[in-house]
Amino acid sequence: MINKTVENAEAALHDIYSNAVVMLGGFGLSGIPENCITAILKKDIDGLTCISNNAGVDDFGIGLMLQKKMVKKMISSYVGENAEFERQLLSGELEVELIPQGTLAERIRAGGAGIPAFFTPAGVGTEIAEGKEIREFEGKLYLMERALKADFSFVKAWKGDTAGNLIYKGTARNFNPMMAAAGKITIAEVEELVPAGELDPNYIHTPGIYVQRIFQGRDYEKRIEQKTIRS
Amino acid sequence: MLDKNQIAQRIAKEVKSGQYINLGIGIPTLVANYIPDNMEVVLQSENGLLGIGPFPTQENVDADLINAGKQTISMVKGSALFSSSESFGMIRGGHVQLTILGAMEVSENGDIANWKIPGKMVKGMGGAMDLVASADHIIVAMQHCSRDGKSKLLKKCHLPITGIKCVNKIVTDLAVLEVLPEGGFRLLERAPGVSVEEIQSRTEGRLVIEGEIPEMQFD
Repeated sequence: MINKTVENAEAALHDIYSNAVVMLGGFGLSGIPENCITAILKKDIDGLTCISNNAGVDDFGIGLMLQKKMVKKMISSYVGENAEFERQLLSGELEVELIPQGTLAERIRAGGAGIPAFFTPAGVGTEIAEGKEIREFEGKLYLMERALKADFSFVKAWKGDTAGNLIYKGTARNFNPMMAAAGKITIAEVEELVPAGELDPNYIHTPGIYVQRIFQGRDYEKRIEQKTIRS
Repeated sequence: MLDKNQIAQRIAKEVKSGQYINLGIGIPTLVANYIPDNMEVVLQSENGLLGIGPFPTQENVDADLINAGKQTISMVKGSALFSSSESFGMIRGGHVQLTILGAMEVSENGDIANWKIPGKMVKGMGGAMDLVASADHIIVAMQHCSRDGKSKLLKKCHLPITGIKCVNKIVTDLAVLEVLPEGGFRLLERAPGVSVEEIQSRTEGRLVIEGEIPEMQFD
């Protein structure tokens, strides 16, 4: 079996460059590639186009990349909870493309699955339809949306093996599986890395074919945005 | 006039056993508290879960288990987890039968605006555009008027819209209304102590009043 293992995040990101298009998994702060973000922050790069459902918070996740002005453009569905983001957006330092969440997910899925474009009803009649091809199928209107791909995809999984097979936990799966498939170079960080053969093939979420590099992550903070408990 | 919890309580009466339901952030989330125990419904969270349970106990808080509002949650027995593309596949495919969400404005032809106020910080639409474009049955939970007293039930939406001709029913602090296929808000019920005249004066869009309008009943 091909061994995809690298030592750590620094080794995994050795060839990342300025102006790259990068995808980062996660929904809110759940399932974000914490180790890869830390490694990006140590690099002297900028001009990144970041495709991620959210933009982190001021002092965690992609928010930290914004603080260091490494991001030229964000492609997301929801970007609240971030004052620095707001400042850069209003001052024109940061370009933002907002996409309906399901369209974002499907554009990434299409990118990894060799489908250049597809039709969706989301956004018909709204300002996001401007300039897009509209077609009618069975009496209903649909927008044409194009696939998204990345130079690098950073994904976070619960368990992974040396062959790059991944298993996610809970709702931390979210955008990670589609991003794994849509990256030219996909880097997976996992909470538990095991030798090939130890994960049951019946329960693999992301097959290793999509993953070029995998490493055992460490020091996960797994920050919670809104801790709500039963009263 | 109803408070937020009463709006949620009234909406819960629209829920039918056997339904798969997506609840938006805010008042819609509260609806879950009023669904009777003997009713079999499954709550969908668009970040990848069917089977949202109550908030967890302190010991069971898990950063890997949140709802679309990023709150920590639990799972009920028989839950299923999946990716965001699968999640919106089931929404777009019409498998989620009921969507309950908040709004800033609704027009008399069923357009909804709830994602953007020009000139203010734009946070994004999240999954709202996908949900309203695909759900068969959409109920809006909102206040009848904005804080400065302007009607939110309009002839035409002023704010950038989220979806066209999609809202079926609206439950506000004053009334339950149905959007008619030919346009217009048909008044179905009044909040306790609220008169038809008051609802009329606070509704900018065409209000259709037929016969006696009953007061809402709460169990």
